[in-house]
Amino acid sequence: MTDNRTIALVAGVLVLLTAATAVGQFLKRHPDRGLDPAAVRTFNSRLRGWWILCTVLAAAFWLGTTATVVLFGLVSFWALREFITLTPTRKGDHRALFWVFFAFTPLHYVLVGLDRYDVFSVFLPVYATLFVLARVAFAGDYKRFLERTAKIQAGLVVCVYCLSFAPALLALPLPGAGKGGGNFRLLFFLILLVQFADCMQYVWSRMLGQRLVAPSVSSNRTWEGLLGSATSTSLLAAALWWAAPPFQLWQATLAGFVVAVMGFAGGMTMSAIKRDRGVKDYGTLVVGHGGVLDRIDSMCFAAPVFYHITLLVTGIRP
Amino acid sequence: MATATSQDAVMLSPADTRDLPPPQRPKARVRSPFCRAAGLGLAAAARLLAGASARWIASQPDTCQRVYFANHTSHLDALVIWASLPQSVREVTRPVAAKDYWTSGLVRRWLAEEVFDAILIDRTDIKVHQSPVDLMLREAGNSCSLIVFPEGGRSVSGEIGEFKSGLYYLAKKRPDLELIPVHIDNLNRVLPRGEFLPVPLLSCISFGPPLWLERGEAKLDFLARARRAVMALKE
Repeated sequence: MTDNRTIALVAGVLVLLTAATAVGQFLKRHPDRGLDPAAVRTFNSRLRGWWILCTVLAAAFWLGTTATVVLFGLVSFWALREFITLTPTRKGDHRALFWVFFAFTPLHYVLVGLDRYDVFSVFLPVYATLFVLARVAFAGDYKRFLERTAKIQAGLVVCVYCLSFAPALLALPLPGAGKGGGNFRLLFFLILLVQFADCMQYVWSRMLGQRLVAPSVSSNRTWEGLLGSATSTSLLAAALWWAAPPFQLWQATLAGFVVAVMGFAGGMTMSAIKRDRGVKDYGTLVVGHGGVLDRIDSMCFAAPVFYHITLLVTGIRP
Repeated sequence: MATATSQDAVMLSPADTRDLPPPQRPKARVRSPFCRAAGLGLAAAARLLAGASARWIASQPDTCQRVYFANHTSHLDALVIWASLPQSVREVTRPVAAKDYWTSGLVRRWLAEEVFDAILIDRTDIKVHQSPVDLMLREAGNSCSLIVFPEGGRSVSGEIGEFKSGLYYLAKKRPDLELIPVHIDNLNRVLPRGEFLPVPLLSCISFGPPLWLERGEAKLDFLARARRAVMALKE
């Protein structure tokens, strides 16, 4: 696990984070630089989030594949909690929801952990869907039936199924990398790109943003942000292609482009849901709970596409 | 002895009560370390399962004697409010709960009697000479806080129903107690009426500023004011 490329990647991330933290602290101590103090605060709190993210990931990676799958499972569980809390459900959905939370979600992650791609790729989209439809019908409440079942399915697919493709990367048989280190680098590559794309989207929208994609859904996501984020993320992916084992240069670049576009789409989608429910973010829904869904929305959309692109361009079979 | 004191206090008007020696708690309850540990575990489990976050709005947790009154939506209500209090406050707070529910089954009975030390009220057998309010005050003594649900039962529609008069008599007999409005949000979706398996959604418990019975305030006015105080915490 400790080969040169891993060391280079870890060192690079540490240096970047440390440098950024130093800059952030400097700007905080010297408010006379003409920078917006609110922006500095946002920057610093983002940095704190990245330190936490990197620490948690490092601990999970060090503990191994099972610990990482469990970590993602817990994140999914919490995100689904937020999703369903925000979604109005009726009493007739209660039993179906119980099984969704305590049977389908854990079982899906067990299948991911056991590396059963053949089963987990259909388990939630087919079997959980059929179960939810039937269980709600059996409960005898037919009011807005399709709408209610669709909400539960959307929550399951976005929060659980899609996100689980990230830890599923750990089970891919990568050529030449040996199982272990290479897979963790690939997963970290994805997480890094998603975070970077999110950040770039914000920066480009702030700097050049003119044309909003959908003003009624999001007041800060612009076409310029999308384009800028896709370009910069492609460039970063190209610069880091050596860290992601199965990729050649053009494949890594393509992955970066797709991750940025999908991440943007994920953010737009969650904004639409939040606008419909009249909340600003999932964190303010219930005070004291961090809003996990706000943090992982881009990841949920990017992970499955990244996974399948990896299969497609490298010819690896799971 | 303690019983007699609090019964006497009941007969007096609020102004006179202050001159009397405060009623004594009937028995010092010494719980085994096992039950205390179970209490800590139960509180943590309840908070985790119900995703409960506590908000104190213009109000602070305190071990002074209080009555927490809340809207009632689920069997979990008393447990989750109790669990949302800081540990030192939780030690001196006793939920008032329905006897029929909390004594059916050995586990529930053990939890109610030994772990969170509930005051169980028999809803089917309310007599004039043994009113629930007297029982609550006797059990609370001069140190325990209470958690009560003035609606008397869980609301079906999710709307907060009219308050029963118990809260008024409680305030009239012990005007020194702080009445803390509590609003419970979303817990009815965690464990709705008639279900026994919970769904782990996120809920929110809001504690508001204390209120007291004003001198000469009419019963209906007071109950409406108390209900509005709970509803005001909804935002």
